[in-house]
Amino acid sequence: MDSTSSVIRFVVIMTAGVAFSLALLSTSWGGQIKANEAIFNKRAILGAVSDYLTQDPKLMADGEIEDLFASKVEQIALDMSGAVLKEEDIKNAGYKGGKPENIDLAKEKKKPEEERIFPLYVFNSEKGKSFILSVRGNGLWDEIWGNVALKDDLTTIAGATFDHKGETPGLGAEIKDNPTFPSRFKGKKIFNDAGVYTSVEVRKIGGTAGNPYAVDGISGATVTADGVTEMLERGIKYYLPYLNKQAAAKKTKG
Amino acid sequence: MAETTATPEVTVKEKEPLFGKAEKKLLLDPLGDTNPITIQVLGICSALAVTSLVYPSVVMAIAVVFVCGFSSLFTSLVRNKIPKQVRMIVQLVIIATLVTIVELTLKRFNYPIYKQLSVYIGLIITNCIVMGRLEAYAMANRPWRAFVDGLGNGVGYGVILIIVAVIREIFGKGTLFAGSPIQINIIGASNNEVGYLINTAAESGFGSLFAGYTNNNLMVLPAAAMFIIGVLIWIQRSYRPTLVDVS
Repeated sequence: MDSTSSVIRFVVIMTAGVAFSLALLSTSWGGQIKANEAIFNKRAILGAVSDYLTQDPKLMADGEIEDLFASKVEQIALDMSGAVLKEEDIKNAGYKGGKPENIDLAKEKKKPEEERIFPLYVFNSEKGKSFILSVRGNGLWDEIWGNVALKDDLTTIAGATFDHKGETPGLGAEIKDNPTFPSRFKGKKIFNDAGVYTSVEVRKIGGTAGNPYAVDGISGATVTADGVTEMLERGIKYYLPYLNKQAAAKKTKG
Repeated sequence: MAETTATPEVTVKEKEPLFGKAEKKLLLDPLGDTNPITIQVLGICSALAVTSLVYPSVVMAIAVVFVCGFSSLFTSLVRNKIPKQVRMIVQLVIIATLVTIVELTLKRFNYPIYKQLSVYIGLIITNCIVMGRLEAYAMANRPWRAFVDGLGNGVGYGVILIIVAVIREIFGKGTLFAGSPIQINIIGASNNEVGYLINTAAESGFGSLFAGYTNNNLMVLPAAAMFIIGVLIWIQRSYRPTLVDVS
């Protein structure tokens, strides 16, 4: 048996050494890791408008993603009333960067509804304008989130991407892993002909071929699919004040 | 005098080359007769969970080989200094440190695969194979051999992982290496949307034989890995009846 003091000495030296070396590694790579994370998110955002692009964002190099995002995407931050926020407002909301892309919806989800703020990405291309909305909700095991791109009629969905934290691989995780799932949303509509907000529903039973307000679900992933339905319904609703303002402005112009 | 004392040392070294029979046995036995998954039935949890696709399984296998090898090496290096009362905690700290390094490395160099594997990389800490080798071998043997033993067991685990993943991905998704730059479509309807590099399915020749194949959803579920590992254990034991536990 070793004496208590020698045990303590060993443990203290070991922990200090391990902590120091890991901290060193973590800080020296921290910047690059943050950058990787940002590019990962930007790739997902651009994935929603892949129809407007000449190449699939998944196959683009990191630099191309950065360039494309900087040159073609205009970022706006909105509050619940649809008002456009200034840089100070974003900083006051707790995001040091002050850019709309710094807004973390996971943090916003914890705030009371009326205090939440959201990023909106306006993508400008030769093929037209697209508005990309970010949404976040709950799947079966943990959070799910996604980006939904609207065409410039502000009604038709141009594309979508989804991601998740811990859905079951092969079932719920298919919302991200199976490229056919997000592609089912293309061409669907979030307003009906009377202009009433309908969102898009993920249906278990299928039979959605001619229905512009529903898509087929994934077999074995009912809870995740319901989560997507709820997330879209609530998430897009947050943007409605802004979207309505835009639509009204367009009408007066037209 | 000095020369005479030096001679026996040299002969000792000649008796034990750097990579001799003992090392070879340590490295190769875990691939077959002492395989951590099929014989010792350790590390099943992650083997069931990550093997639905080949690419993440390969990354996972590399991570486990790294952690298993180096944790054995470091534990063996300090084995005489470790106080007996905190033996296992020290081993855990060594494993956890290495796993954190793996996690940071993935985040730094391949963020998408980190996103895909994140939970399971963290769970290497609790992988019974790693700790099992530290307790059973590294605590009582010299560093070089402990390192080889760790590598061998990591590889033994990784090989089974990849075999299971290949079977599950082909029959569950009809692809190989999906998600990596070299993804291939093997069977099932061709999927132009995904843009596989090699697409043999359904178009012509060999692929058209399987055009009517529908992906088997069971293969995607962890339960399929259970069956496949069971069959692997069965095959291995019927080839080597000595491995069968008589009790």
